[in-house]
Order: sequence, then C-alpha cells, then structure tokens
Amino acid sequence: MSGPQPAFPLARVSRRAEWIILAVALVSVLLLPRYYPVMNQMAIIALFAVSLDLILGYAGIVSLGHAAFFGLGVYTAALFAKHVHGDPFLGLVIAAIAAALLGLATAVLILRGTDLTRLMVTLGVALILLELANKLDWLTGGADGLQGVVMAPVLGLFTFDMAGRTAYLYSLTILLLMLFLARRLVASPFGMSLQAIRDNRLRAEAIGIPVNARLAAIYTISAGVAGIAGGLLAQTTSFASLDALDFQRSADILLVLVIGGTGYLFGGVIGAVIFTAMHHWLSAVTPQYWQFWIGLMLVVIVLAGRERLVRAILSPFTWLLGLARGRSGPAK
Amino acid sequence: MLTILFDGVAYGMLLFVLACGLAITLGLMNFVNLAHGAFAMAGGYVTVLAMSKLGLPFLACLPLAFLVAALLGMILEPTLYRRLYGKSHFDQVLFSIGLAFMAVATVDFFMGSTQQNIRLPEWLRGRSEIGGVGMGHYRLLIIGVCAALAIGLQLILSKTRFGSRLRAAVDDTRVASGLGINVNRVFLFTFAFGSGIAGLGGALGAEVFGLDPTFPLKFMIYFLIVVSVGGTTTITGPLLASLLLGIADVAGKYYFPKMGAFVIYSVMIVILLWRPQGLFSRGSGK
Amino acid sequence: MGIALQTFGLNKNFGGIQATADVSIAIERGARHALIGPNGAGKTTLINLLTGVLTPTTGRIELEGEDITRLPVHQRARRGLVRTFQINQLFAELTPLQTVAIAVAERMGRGFGLWRPLERDPKVMEESAALLRQFHLGDVMQEKTAALPYGKRRLLEITIALAARPRVLLLDEPVAGVPDSDRHEILDTVARLPDDVTVLLIEHDMDLVFSFARRISVLVNGALFVEGDTADVARDPRVRAVYLGEDVTHD
Repeated sequence: MSGPQPAFPLARVSRRAEWIILAVALVSVLLLPRYYPVMNQMAIIALFAVSLDLILGYAGIVSLGHAAFFGLGVYTAALFAKHVHGDPFLGLVIAAIAAALLGLATAVLILRGTDLTRLMVTLGVALILLELANKLDWLTGGADGLQGVVMAPVLGLFTFDMAGRTAYLYSLTILLLMLFLARRLVASPFGMSLQAIRDNRLRAEAIGIPVNARLAAIYTISAGVAGIAGGLLAQTTSFASLDALDFQRSADILLVLVIGGTGYLFGGVIGAVIFTAMHHWLSAVTPQYWQFWIGLMLVVIVLAGRERLVRAILSPFTWLLGLARGRSGPAK
Repeated sequence: MLTILFDGVAYGMLLFVLACGLAITLGLMNFVNLAHGAFAMAGGYVTVLAMSKLGLPFLACLPLAFLVAALLGMILEPTLYRRLYGKSHFDQVLFSIGLAFMAVATVDFFMGSTQQNIRLPEWLRGRSEIGGVGMGHYRLLIIGVCAALAIGLQLILSKTRFGSRLRAAVDDTRVASGLGINVNRVFLFTFAFGSGIAGLGGALGAEVFGLDPTFPLKFMIYFLIVVSVGGTTTITGPLLASLLLGIADVAGKYYFPKMGAFVIYSVMIVILLWRPQGLFSRGSGK
Repeated sequence: MGIALQTFGLNKNFGGIQATADVSIAIERGARHALIGPNGAGKTTLINLLTGVLTPTTGRIELEGEDITRLPVHQRARRGLVRTFQINQLFAELTPLQTVAIAVAERMGRGFGLWRPLERDPKVMEESAALLRQFHLGDVMQEKTAALPYGKRRLLEITIALAARPRVLLLDEPVAGVPDSDRHEILDTVARLPDDVTVLLIEHDMDLVFSFARRISVLVNGALFVEGDTADVARDPRVRAVYLGEDVTHD
C-alpha cells in the first residue's frame, strides 16, 4: 500500500461530504419510495462497510470474518426484541455491546502473529459463530432462521410500516450518526495513531504508541459498529438467518469496501450503493450465479489496480466533493 | 482408540496433501492463494468424470487428476497469478477469493450442486485387522501415497538442483536471474507442481471429505490452519500440523459428536495463544 | 552527573551464535557517547536490546536507575529512551506535520483522545509546526511523506525522535545516505541538543564520530573491546589494528 503516488485524493474529504450524503439521502426518501427496502439494505451494508474500513483502512487489519460481529448483532437484536424488549434503540445498544465484547475477546488473537494467522483467526471465529448459531437451533431457529421479530415504534412514535419508509429512515439516521462519529474518531489522536501503526508499526512503537492496546481498541469499536449494522438488519427485516454469519457475507463486505475504496470511510457508503444496486440488477438477470460475478469483480478490480478503479468510479462525484472541499486540512 | 488414531492419521495425511501446495506457494513465493482449494476440487471432479464417463479405473485417475490440476496451474500462473506477486497480501487475498468464487460458480453451473460420489474399487473398500487395529484399505493407501509424497518433497527441495534454484530465486529474484536462473520458469513449475499435488489430494480426498462445488470455501479454514500452525519454512511443519489437525478432528467428532468442529477450532486458538508464530516455525517469521 | 543508561552483563544468543557478549556499559547523563565497531560487531543487536525490540538472554538494563530490561518498546519510549533508525521508518501515507503531531500528542499523554481532531489541538500543532520549521521541513510539512526527497525524509526521521523529547537519544547512523549539503543541518541540530539530553551515536563515519563524541565504546564480536575518551580511543593501537585500519589519519 505504499509507493510514491500522491495522497489518495479523497482521503481528506471535507466533513461537508456528510451533508452531501444527507442531501442525496433526503432526496431519495422523497423521490424513490418504491426502493425503500433496497435503500435500507444499502444503508445497512454501508454501515457494515464503514466498520470494516475502521480496521482495514485505518489500522491495516485484513479480516476474512467480519461477518462474525455483524451476525452476532443480527441475532442479539432479534433475540432481544423477541424475548426482552422491542425498543429499537435499546436493541441496537445491546447488539453493539455484544459484538464489541466478542471483538474485545478475539482481539487478543489478531494482535499476535502474521497476516496469515490473522486471516485464519478471523475466518475461524466467524465459522465458530456460524456453527454455534446452527447448533443452538432451540434459540436461533437454526437453518430455518428466527422469525417473528416484532419491533416497537422508533422513539415510541414511528411504527415500522409495510413500505419500509420508517425502516429506511431509521437505518439512514443511524448510518449518518455513526459516520459522523467515525469521522471524529479517525481524525482524533487515537485515529491518527492507528494510521501511524498501519504505515509503520515499528516506528509507532518507537515513539511510545502502545500498539497492541490501540489495535485491540479499534477492533472492539469496529466490532461494535458491525454489531449495530447487524442489529439494524434484524430490526428492519424482522428476521435473522444463518447467512448473516456466512463467509459469503464477509467476502461481500470486502468487495463493497474495495469498490468504494478504503481508508476514507465514505468508500463504504459509495461501495454499498454500487454493490447493492448491482446485486439487485444482476440477481434479476441471473439469480443463481451471483457468486460468479462477485468473483469476477474481485479479480478484475485487483488486476486493474484498486486505486485506479476507485478513482474511475468516483470521477463523476469528484466535482461534488470538490465543491465541498475547503475547510478540511490542518491549520496553516 | 487406535483405530481412531489410525483414521486421524489418514485424515491428517490427506489434509497435508491438500495443503502442502499452499505451503509451498506461500513459503517460497510469499503468495496467499486462497483459491488453492479450487485446484483440489478440479482434481476431484476430474476423477469423478474420468471414472464415470471414460470408465477409467480409480488408480489411473490419480495421476490424471494431478496432471489436469497442474496444467490448470500452468495456465493460470503466467496469465493471472504472476501479476500479483509484488502486490500486498490484501490484494492477493481479494484476488484469490475472487478466483475461488468463480471456480465454485463455474463447477456449480456445469456439474450441479449435488455431492459427487466416487466408487472405490472392491479391493480398496475392505478393512483388515492388523495387531488388533482395524485399518481400512483405502486409508492405508492414502497414508502410503502421502508419506511417499512428503519424503519426495523433502528430497526435491533439499537435494536437487531445482530445489536449490527455487531457494535462490526466492531469496533474491534479481540475483537469481543474474546467475542465469530463469525465475519465471522456476516459479511456473513450482506453482504448477503445488497445484498438481492439490489436484491429487482432491482426487484422493473426494471419498473422505465429500465433493461438491463449495469444496474450496469449505476447506479454506483447514488449509489456513495447516500453514499457519505448521509454518511454511519446512515440509515437516505442515505435515505435523496436518496430522495434529486430522487426529484432533477425527477424535473430536468421535468423542464429542455434538461439538462438531469446535474441537479443532479450540485447538487452533490454544496453539495460537501459546505460539503465535505457529507451532513449528523458527524465529520470528513475519 | 550520574548515569543515564546502563547495562549489566548483557548477553544475547541466537541459536548457537552469541550476538552480544557480556556487555556492561554506562552512559553518563548528558554524554556524547559513540558506539563503533566493524560490520557484524553486534551494534544493531545491542540497539535492539536497549530499545526493547529484543529481550536479552541474560543481563539487565537500567534507565535512570530503573530496571527496564523487560519493558516493551513503547514503555521505554515513554520513559524517554528514544531512537532513530538507520533505515528511515516513517508513516508513508501521512504528512510530516501529522507524523510529528502524533508523536507530540503521544508524549503529552493525549494519544487515546477519541473526540477532538488532532489537527485542532493548538498546543500539539503549534509545537509540531515549530519543530518542523526548526528542521527545515516547514515548507513541506503538508505534503505526503512518501513523496518527499530523501534528504527531507532523513530530517523527518530525526525530528520524530526529538518530538518525543528524549532523555536518552539513540542515533543510528543519522547521516547515512544524506547528501553533504543537507548533512550539516542534521549535525548542527544534534550538536545543539540540550546538555541534559544523553546521546548515544552509532556510526560508521569516523570524522563524524571524532568530531561529535567525547567518549567512545568499541564493539567487536559482540563484546566491548575498548572504551575511553575520544582522543585515547583514536590513538589506541589495538583499535587501529582491529577496526580503523591504516586509512584513518585523524589526530
């Protein structure tokens, strides 16, 4: 990930990009009611991708099993709503805590060893969870999935409607909130120290950065955010199923992030929009061989060079972001 | 008890054959090839097709499986893989997952998603009592083939000219080409050979593991465990790791049938907490 | 003055090879001490032992009287034992300003701040910018580090270490590969370090060693061979024989 190229042009996108996303989202709410469910998926996948970007783009941790935290969020939120309380926000908090705890517990395993052991461990943790969810069918419904998740109205005011309007607005609000928080996080001394670790771990240690503690912290935070994304999925679809924990899910989210670009958070959002739209369209054309197209995309993107492709995809957007630039950048 | 040990050894030997090609590409070429299982799957399907469509005997299919998988590697290495050698592990991971997905979908398209069965010849289906231990003939064959392979590999890498060329090419590509070693060709043959062994493993393992299009993804974790626990600096490391994994898996499934795969995952986690660089690697491999 | 950094019978074995053999060395507070030795003498291993990259097989290391033998790298850095690297170790994707600001924030104990953006912490940013200007990096501090010319990156390498306000600074061949024009900038700054900062210089360049150091330790085959004041070591026939060779004509 090094080389004498100039800094990624969008790496320092202004905070105003949030307002652009907000504007686009609001327009979508007004103009595209038909697509609420699809856009809801986009928002959820975007949040999941943002959580992965926190560890992959900012801390350099490659994970083959980020679905573990997403899936745990799905089941936690579903079970919480079913057996304890139907309040959506409370459910999200519980889902985030559960996933973050798993992240904290497994962080120990990813701190040590090499890229290879990290691949194995992340994949292994997700497989263990999948196996657990499958075996504990009295709790999770096993392969049939968990049905009958009924949510209380958001804030006691907005009931989840059939058209999916409340669901979309709810997911969108959470996404924007988390994006804002993540933007603060990555610019903070903590976030900057992660980027230092990503670029050169040896030097990071040598200037007094406690590398392991920082990596464990971001892994935990990232897991929590993934848990929230999973929670949103369970709450807005009233359903939890094993595919939330599947390897396919982990691979999909890698692709999402790669489409949009890593290391600047908005890549996850842009990737999610493109990915979900493509999924929607390709599934309609060839429902069975979605996996083939995913594979092809991954291969082509890597061969073409990830950064180049991202630039190409984003070029129509750059004028928008160019408009929004300005207040970013450190004090002169 | 001993029978379980025996089955575990056979199972582990199979894992070794399946994974050692990956250990070679990873250790020698520093390439993370998560599509390795696809080559094994190719070997398995070649065997299925050759037996059912051509009526070839099982044993004749084994070299065929090796050759087809090796040929596949020989085509893919210069066209695709070679471009990825200098790239980051992350790029290699993305690329090889992509290839694995394409392989899964392609096989699904042509062969269907059902599990394929291999009909072993009569003489391999029997079981003999040797010293009170029940040994399946097929398991004995597996152990024999794999042991021969492990010894052969060790000899090739340490004793032959190809082995020393390979090590030279790995240590310093530029110097090696300066010495007149054709690095590209060395890597090509190594990759093809590793793929071929995977194909052989796929052919041998189809009866034991079952064969369907999701094979490359289902066994990815096993391969990763073998190479990360066993390390990639030696042949014996992955071999011992495979045996450990095989015995743990068989014993786990026998003694704790409800726990399924948890036993091996737990073993893996304990090992990593204890020796994060792998059980058999020397120094601080990074 | 008192002792800043001291080792007691330090040994490090790799397999059967003894890379560091019974090294006991005491570096006074405020010292300008140089560590020299031919290639393979074990200088790198010793630095790695001092900074915590490696753990000694036997022996003890004390920083200002505190036993730091088992402390991890970052804990030693926080206690003021800071190093530079022979080969630049920089944050390629970040700017020099960000890089130095990270080090400054870490030193101030603000590294776990989660809310306020680093670049909006005036205290950190002002100190960082001042330090960068002092090191002739003011005009490039907003550029990506990977894109800087080598001389500038080398300066940044030293600046990062100083941002951590070291009590003991280990300079590992600070001018390696630096063109002559940029050299004196580095040397001047090193020379102008406050007197209470202890400096241990590891260097090949004998001119630099003799002009900078007041005391020299010579390492041969992992063991301390000769130690003494600069003039004595320069005259020592054994040192000349083993290390300096005939081509050194320094008085």
